[in-house]
Amino acid sequence: MSTPRELLNAAKAEIVEAEGAAVAPLVGTVTFLDVREPDEYEQGAVPGAVHLPRGHLEFQVEGKIPNKTAPIVVYCAGGVRSAFAAKTLQDLGYTDVTSVIGGFNKWKDDGLPWTTPRTLTPAQRNRYQRHLLLPEVGEKGQQKLLDAKVLMLGAGGLGSPSALYLAAAGVGNIGIIDMDVVDESNLQRQILHNLDRVGMRKVESAKVALTSINPDLTVTTYDTRLGADNILDIIDGYDVIVDGTDNFPTRYLVNDATLLKKIPVVHGSIFRFEGQVTVFDPYNGPCYRCLIPEPPPAELAPSCAEAGVLGVLPGIVGSIQALEAIKMILGLGEPLVGRLLAFDALEESFRSFKVRRDPDCPACGPNAGPIVIAEYDDLCMPHAG
Amino acid sequence: MPVEVRIPTVLRPQTGGAAIVSYAGTTIGEVLHAMVAEHPGLQGQVFGPEGHLHRFVNIYVNDDDVRYTGGLDTPVADGDQVSILPAVAGGAA
Repeated sequence: MSTPRELLNAAKAEIVEAEGAAVAPLVGTVTFLDVREPDEYEQGAVPGAVHLPRGHLEFQVEGKIPNKTAPIVVYCAGGVRSAFAAKTLQDLGYTDVTSVIGGFNKWKDDGLPWTTPRTLTPAQRNRYQRHLLLPEVGEKGQQKLLDAKVLMLGAGGLGSPSALYLAAAGVGNIGIIDMDVVDESNLQRQILHNLDRVGMRKVESAKVALTSINPDLTVTTYDTRLGADNILDIIDGYDVIVDGTDNFPTRYLVNDATLLKKIPVVHGSIFRFEGQVTVFDPYNGPCYRCLIPEPPPAELAPSCAEAGVLGVLPGIVGSIQALEAIKMILGLGEPLVGRLLAFDALEESFRSFKVRRDPDCPACGPNAGPIVIAEYDDLCMPHAG
Repeated sequence: MPVEVRIPTVLRPQTGGAAIVSYAGTTIGEVLHAMVAEHPGLQGQVFGPEGHLHRFVNIYVNDDDVRYTGGLDTPVADGDQVSILPAVAGGAA
């Protein structure tokens, strides 16, 4: 049997320790691991530190810090828990671990940099628990979602599932533009709305639905037609745009305005039993004009209003749009940039096609002229005046 | 060498409802011309008046857009899948 002091000395004999001042220059370049309890961490921590209380270390650290060869600086309040943690990390196979002598208390006394970390409320921790369990999201990712601003173009077929899922996921600021009124014929697919709200402005109905899911949410409504006169003002400040509009001139207008503002667009479109999703990330990938250089003439492009659409289809496509929006916000995985995902409901199949940047693109190509935001002619080309 | 062409629902009225049609050919141009010869209703949907591909219809051989692989001269081989993806704008309505 050993005394606690003997255990500590045994641990310290096997680990590397350093003064805070010696490792402080590494802040921002190497991983700092804070092993204190949440109430201690919330009072102040090393900027950018990964927080994992000592008690959860063994079973959660590999999720939070997958790279076992990269340097880790571990600290607690006084240097005891971090010494044990450093020993444990080494036992788990981490090869470059340093424990901070004197811990965060001495760090602060020495005037080294620290901040008060933004933390979730207990209610938020409960609500977003399934996100927090994902190391790829975690508390930092959830904060990003809460800070994010996403604009939904349309509160209809595609906008309904996207907005509901984004609200549920905790995307904190959702803008919705639509100038329509809820009609009973919408309810076959537009799940934001319900019978009680038939006759209500769609943006108002959407706001009611979204805020009843998530109290963290700020909803901004635009009960207007998106046009050349207002688009630049409306989209300003949004991080991602979810495009569920229903006509070509608006699609091209959205494309040109978002190129100008450099806002990524998660594009979705549906027709009868088929849907398409892709992400236009300005100048990092193709734009809508690269994909569809010219709109089809009206007689070759019947709308859903004329041709019909299966009710569940926008649910699939709109949900994928919400997923892509979240991936863009979190910088997660491979977004659908440069790829078009085509869904066929009858076949129940997904196919993905390459979308390239068109070197001759009149909007985003290297020789493109300045972008003009104006009402569009039949070819959806911008023309001033 | 038959090559399968997938017809999107919007164009199926022109193929008598067929979702997949097959034609022999060594280039995508030969395949598409054989297709419109059998289903003349597709001519105006796929080709413009001067015989070029419409700019609002994307033709893919497997997952590649033929606009970047040689246009109508893009070679096709047995087992290749050709997809026609028309531009659709529906969403909110």
